[in-house]
Amino acid sequence: MTQLPTHTEKKLGLVIDLDTCVGCHACVISCKGWNTENYGAPLSDQNPYGADPSGTFLNRVHSYEVTPDEGAAMTVHFPKSCLHCEDAPCVTVCPTGASYKRVEDGIVLVNESDCIGCGLCAWACPYGARELDQAEGVMKKCTLCVDRIYNENLPEIDREPACVRTCPAGARHFGDLGDETSDVSKLVAERGGMDLMPELGTKPVNKYLPPRPKDDQIDILAPFLETVAEEPTGFLGWLDKTLERIG
Amino acid sequence: MHPAPSIIFFTVFSGLGFGLLTFLGFGKPDYSGFTAFIFFLIAYVFAVGGLISSAFHLGNPQRALKAFSQWRSSWLSREGCLAVAALTVMGIYAIGVVFLNTSWTILGLLGAALSLATVFGTSMIYTQITTVPRWSHWTTPVLFILYSLTGGAFLAGQTSIAAPMLLVLGVFQCVYWIIGDKLFSASGSTIETATGLGNMGKVRMFEAPHSSKNYLMKEMVHVVGRKHARTLRIIGVLCLSLLPYLLLVLPPFYHLISLLALLLHIGGALILRWLFFAEAEHTVGLYYGQR
Repeated sequence: MTQLPTHTEKKLGLVIDLDTCVGCHACVISCKGWNTENYGAPLSDQNPYGADPSGTFLNRVHSYEVTPDEGAAMTVHFPKSCLHCEDAPCVTVCPTGASYKRVEDGIVLVNESDCIGCGLCAWACPYGARELDQAEGVMKKCTLCVDRIYNENLPEIDREPACVRTCPAGARHFGDLGDETSDVSKLVAERGGMDLMPELGTKPVNKYLPPRPKDDQIDILAPFLETVAEEPTGFLGWLDKTLERIG
Repeated sequence: MHPAPSIIFFTVFSGLGFGLLTFLGFGKPDYSGFTAFIFFLIAYVFAVGGLISSAFHLGNPQRALKAFSQWRSSWLSREGCLAVAALTVMGIYAIGVVFLNTSWTILGLLGAALSLATVFGTSMIYTQITTVPRWSHWTTPVLFILYSLTGGAFLAGQTSIAAPMLLVLGVFQCVYWIIGDKLFSASGSTIETATGLGNMGKVRMFEAPHSSKNYLMKEMVHVVGRKHARTLRIIGVLCLSLLPYLLLVLPPFYHLISLLALLLHIGGALILRWLFFAEAEHTVGLYYGQR
């Protein structure tokens, strides 16, 4: 059914810390690795070793430069995947019922055996979270690793999305954002977690934690540190003086 | 947005076909027998041909029948259902006109209404896409219905209706551009809102997530085609509206001139439908520092 549920029991999603992300793309690779060999059609590549390689990915890392009015610019690495919106425009446009939002946990999924590959859901998504697989002709998107998080064949530590499990910086967090007492909800409240393009009214479940303000100055104790030798001594001192004389 | 030939062909020709069916449903032209058969044949070839063409851009067209199931929420599904209803009702009406020399007026009017509703359904597929501000506006359904009715009047040989409508269509197409050119900026979406980093400063794309174009960029960040947009707008409106109007109004009426005017009109419609897609800017472009 492509009508959205009025209420979901949980709001499972990700919290992505833009302060901590180092832009290593490990989440991109682990996502592709897990999802190409588990739920649904594999994530195909086109011309992977040629001049113009492309392929299906469910998670991408952009990098931005942010220049404040005063002070130095900073680089922000920005991972982007499906935000599992509460008011998901991708679901309601689907003509076949292939796209749906689960009542039990709020995950937005595609039933690939119903997908005709019309691409309308990818048009409806403001964030570019859906990619049509060029080999299978079906729409692929983040499943929040639905085949990991409930998978009792995996050790408990692995029952979270592959991107979260692999992140070496601890920049990705997974949990129930509908539960105010959950760790992720507390993190969002504490750090001022934000929505992407809130003006479009999609009500994303995933939140982004803004980068912390950077220190403007170098350490105040720095001037008191012992300075390195400004005047070279010994052989280098002799060389320095000799060269100066010649020059 | 990527101007896919199958979708351009679909929207233009199904629009023309359903436009002609609308006029036929109103009993214009008032023919019966073989002449009426030819008119219905043209309408069905255009409408059905357009619908079949739309299946060519599907990844899995063999499952296309499933697209009739979600009419409660999806305009694409509604459009499919309306098209089938319109073609069925007008098919029965055509049997009366062609073979029995009777026109069932109520059925014809219902068929005309359904045909027009189908065109409205087509337009709503684009209007509902809020991520493309240029489309997500009340002028889009009006534009599609004007295209359909003008072409329909033309194909139905209703020169007295087609001629003024050509001018109305040309003017409205220009209004559509004047309004549409401002809609993306007016929507308020920027690279700053897209990344949420606006309160820190000015945001600029530093490094793309991938080295060559992916599906998202090919499908939704089609910037190359906009290079000649201004020239194409002028050529398009001349072919769509002004030249066919002059050909219909100025010289003494000949069928050959009328046919030339029709071909120009359809050519103009194809050019401008190409632009309808090529000029449409999607919010996902913001993530790539483009529009």
